[in-house]
Amino acid sequence: METSDLKIISADVRKDIIKMLSLAGTGHPGGSLSSVELLVSLYFKHMKFNLKDANDQNRDYFILSKGHVCPVLYAVLARRGYFNPDELCTLRKTGSRLQGHPAKDKELPGIEISTGSLGYGLSIGAGIAAGMKQSKKNNRVYVLMGDGEQQEGSIWEAAMSAAHFKFDNLCAIVDDNGLQIDGTTKDVMNVYPLADKYRAFGWNVIEIDGHNLEAVDKAYLQFKTEKGSPTAIIAKTVKGKGVSYMENLVEWHGKIPSKELVERALAEIDGSLR
Amino acid sequence: MVEVFGKKATRFGFGEGIIELGKENPKIFVLGADTISSVVIDGFKKIFPDRFINVGIAETNLIGMAAGLAVAGFIPFVSTYGVFASGRPWEHIRTTVCYSNLNVKIGGSHSGIMVGPDGATHQALEDIAIMRCLPRMKVIVPCDLVETKKAVVASAYSDGPVYIRYGRENIPVFTKDDAPFEVGKANILRDGNDVAIISCGTMVYESLMSAEILEKKGIKARVINIHTVKPIDEKTIIDAARECGAVVTAEEHQVYGGFGSAVAEVLVKNYPIPVEMVGVADRFGESGEPMDLMSRFGLRDVNIADAVLKVLKRK
Repeated sequence: METSDLKIISADVRKDIIKMLSLAGTGHPGGSLSSVELLVSLYFKHMKFNLKDANDQNRDYFILSKGHVCPVLYAVLARRGYFNPDELCTLRKTGSRLQGHPAKDKELPGIEISTGSLGYGLSIGAGIAAGMKQSKKNNRVYVLMGDGEQQEGSIWEAAMSAAHFKFDNLCAIVDDNGLQIDGTTKDVMNVYPLADKYRAFGWNVIEIDGHNLEAVDKAYLQFKTEKGSPTAIIAKTVKGKGVSYMENLVEWHGKIPSKELVERALAEIDGSLR
Repeated sequence: MVEVFGKKATRFGFGEGIIELGKENPKIFVLGADTISSVVIDGFKKIFPDRFINVGIAETNLIGMAAGLAVAGFIPFVSTYGVFASGRPWEHIRTTVCYSNLNVKIGGSHSGIMVGPDGATHQALEDIAIMRCLPRMKVIVPCDLVETKKAVVASAYSDGPVYIRYGRENIPVFTKDDAPFEVGKANILRDGNDVAIISCGTMVYESLMSAEILEKKGIKARVINIHTVKPIDEKTIIDAARECGAVVTAEEHQVYGGFGSAVAEVLVKNYPIPVEMVGVADRFGESGEPMDLMSRFGLRDVNIADAVLKVLKRK
């Protein structure tokens, strides 16, 4: 798929996110918007899966460690064909399969495990990677985390083990938008330098602009060629990317725009394609 | 007299169980956290090194990697000391394992006051309470080595998360290989209609001994082994209440929220009768010789017999 096509899909996913959250009335736009290109490239270009059987033994695995940005995952899954996009409007509603944070037991195709409590995805990914190694299978495992989430100690337990066991089939992606609920990640509890930390833990590290689809594509390609150590893609991103009044503002972590602002956001996203 | 076939710690039953499973099922995977020889999972490692992972001193990652292996289609067993297997990664067990209904089996070794000299930090006295409150979690507390092995094997084929609680110290082996074991089904070990002593784990043997003491006083106690604390065998408990009219529960665990509470929940809803609970009375453990501690904390056969006399007065 061409970069120009991925760009259009990314814009559509951004609009889905805004519309879903507007209908839900609650949720997390900022971090959803910062992860768009990382997920669109992954699902439309890099991951192996079987739409007829989401549990196909030969699939690659994706774990959304930062579970609160599930609107972006739901939108990407729906647009990729895992389920009917009409279902997106049920986000966070009673009885919906699209829970406020991903829920395995609601059996939404593409959701591998329940997440939402931060800091757990990388160890889950390491476990899947261990299973694939033991079975001598070449399925790959992708885990998307946030930068604030790097404050959780459990991430570093997992980081240590993934390098120790040489899980080169594991790719950690950090959506480094630099903000968390209480302020900038630097001010609240400085996690930087992230790349150096992962390198010191024995990881292969790739630093990119997480909104540059060509750079994202190259990073995933490089991961697939790495041998002997896990890969961390540290993707510098903008929280609220694509909606000017949200960009880099911490208050849009978990706030829903008014109807008027929704229209403005949708128009801006459309405008970005011209 | 209660027939005893030697003394051996239940942790060896766990070790034997996982090896038996490993031989019959290639999906069995075992994970440890730097305590692998003391929780007796090193034997599995020797035979099946490619299905064994030691995560080091990192219990949260222990649970997370087990969860990942379950997602990948394996049946992972993890084991370390009960305090650290249940309490340290509790919310990971809740949100990742139980909420996702994953096939993860958690072995809580070194449970109870009988851990002895290591003292309170290492004596798991709350694990039944914090595991049984989790939706989808099954909780099994076997009474001896033979039953522990059966519990391990059965848990592999019981879908979803299971917590198995067992111990470090040598205790009497008094059940036989051919004794029935079914997850969720209690075993009546001794008949009697004056009182029902309902217990789990190490306290089952103490309960049988207390029944001997009581018999000399002319009291016929029914002794029920509830190895599966959750889902609990309500029918056997209700039948015992109806036929005996009084119940004493016994556990090597805090009485608040633990096994006695689980039995009481069944009784108050279905057949309220006088109940006394033998267990640790809202306090931390301490260092000492295992059986000394059992006496010091009121967890011996004589304490159960005293509780029976007390409950009978309320009948």
